Amino acid sequence: MLKDITLGQFFPGRTVVHRLDPRTKLLLLVVYIVALFLAKSFFSYGLVLIFLVGVTLLGRIPFKSMTKGLKPMLIFIIFTAVLNLFYTKGGKLLLDWWIFEIWSDGLETAFFMVLRIMMLVCGTFLLTYTTSPIALTDGLERLLSPLKKLRVPVHELAMMMSIALRFIPTLIEETDKIISAQKARGADFETGSLIRRAKALIPILVPLFVSAFRRADELATAMECRCYHGGEGRTRLKVLRFASIDLIAFFVGGVLLAGVIVLRHFGL
Amino acid sequence: MDPTKPILEVKDLTHVYSSGTPFEHVAVEHIDLSFYPGELVGVIGHTGSGKSTLIQHLNGLLKPSSGKVLFKGEDIWKDKKFTHFIRSKVGLVFQYPEYQLFEETCFKDIAFGPRNQGVSGDELEARVRRAAGFVGLKEEWLQKSPFDLSGGQKRRVAIAGVIAMEPDVLILDEPTAGLDAAGRESILENIKAYQQAQNAAVIMVSHSMEEVARLCSRLIVMNHGSVAMDGVPAEVFTHSVELTQMGLSVPQVTTVFRLLREKGLALPADVYTVGYAVDRLLERKEGRPC
Repeated sequence: MLKDITLGQFFPGRTVVHRLDPRTKLLLLVVYIVALFLAKSFFSYGLVLIFLVGVTLLGRIPFKSMTKGLKPMLIFIIFTAVLNLFYTKGGKLLLDWWIFEIWSDGLETAFFMVLRIMMLVCGTFLLTYTTSPIALTDGLERLLSPLKKLRVPVHELAMMMSIALRFIPTLIEETDKIISAQKARGADFETGSLIRRAKALIPILVPLFVSAFRRADELATAMECRCYHGGEGRTRLKVLRFASIDLIAFFVGGVLLAGVIVLRHFGL
Repeated sequence: MDPTKPILEVKDLTHVYSSGTPFEHVAVEHIDLSFYPGELVGVIGHTGSGKSTLIQHLNGLLKPSSGKVLFKGEDIWKDKKFTHFIRSKVGLVFQYPEYQLFEETCFKDIAFGPRNQGVSGDELEARVRRAAGFVGLKEEWLQKSPFDLSGGQKRRVAIAGVIAMEPDVLILDEPTAGLDAAGRESILENIKAYQQAQNAAVIMVSHSMEEVARLCSRLIVMNHGSVAMDGVPAEVFTHSVELTQMGLSVPQVTTVFRLLREKGLALPADVYTVGYAVDRLLERKEGRPC
């Protein structure tokens, strides 16, 4: 049920992908996304896909959990596919029935759009699957630290993000519990009109918000008790350092990007 | 209700979480149990022994991977409507139930369960007041917001919310967790009062051995997802060594008596309440001229 939401879930491991510096992985994700958006044909998409599958295999992430992560996106993916299928005109007319027209260009765009979204989602999942939230925010903070000169509260933003990520599973568990408790009191979430069903959510949302605020309050107190005062002068237990595998990873990322650009140049 | 006929039966129940994934985990295995009207059953077991999984099967919140749960002889999963109906006949109070309160007033919150059952008007009002009475809620609290009450009072409101459905079987998961001694005592009395007034079967999950020893007429000990012991407290506590091996504590007085026996004193093994222990000791003293 709700536990199927895998956003932000981390699969602990000791593979090469897990051991990469989080900054490397974040930058590689950017490279991957750029490559994905530059890709235009079967060949370039294939190249990006090889990269994706390769990293997935290297990180020993089961393909099942990848597809599971795609499930919540299904409606969005279908919507995109349908929209592109019917609204792109050009190429050969494949189907003409009543008010519906399907052109070969539409079919192609729809296919690539769906592929792009799915690969985009999978790529980001790969990052969160192989990087612990702490490492991730740590990396993000370090990458964005030049912005501190522009008075952007980088540390605070990173802290907020890590707290948010940290509490996703807790809140999901809490929601599951509240749903069970209200079901035990005879609440019905599955039948009735849309308005009735929306109303049936109140017994879940009110306790959930109350507990979220309570937790936030407790956490703030606990942080203050441990003398938290923001990022100023704060040192780290684990200092991030680039290693030789990061260099290799950057090289692979560079090859990917270069490959896609070259293929694009040749119109492939 | 016929007290000799089981009201709730568990037949060869097995539940596997996340079946078919790498996270697969067998929570309970081959459980056979029967519960009778008017019984006060204590379920004990260390964390992860399958207690919570078991009780969530009893009112149809979890569907068995295999096996059956029967309510008055009928399979609770026979159709959707029946499963829904069962949830009001088998009331389940979760751990820390105060976190599920949501209404503007305590009255409305207690009325949520019975209203879902289709009760309305004067009957609803009567039920809410009766339930509030059972848990010792004062009249003036009923019109207050549940969020203005103290922790113990909130707990009472939440328990009343389940009692108001007037279930034949009342299940409570650690009803006294996190309360002070006085609060624990009065909530246990409230539960007992409901059990006696309705002749309901009450199943109580607890960590406190003293509590279940004193209150329950029957104890079920869970270990590694199956039932390790099932019997009257006197019988269960004679196995104090095995209980300790399962990571469970036994009442202090039981341990004292066990140690005394090991020292060579001829004392009974079925001691688990202080009152009973005192009687046995006095008996022994009188039996022998000093």
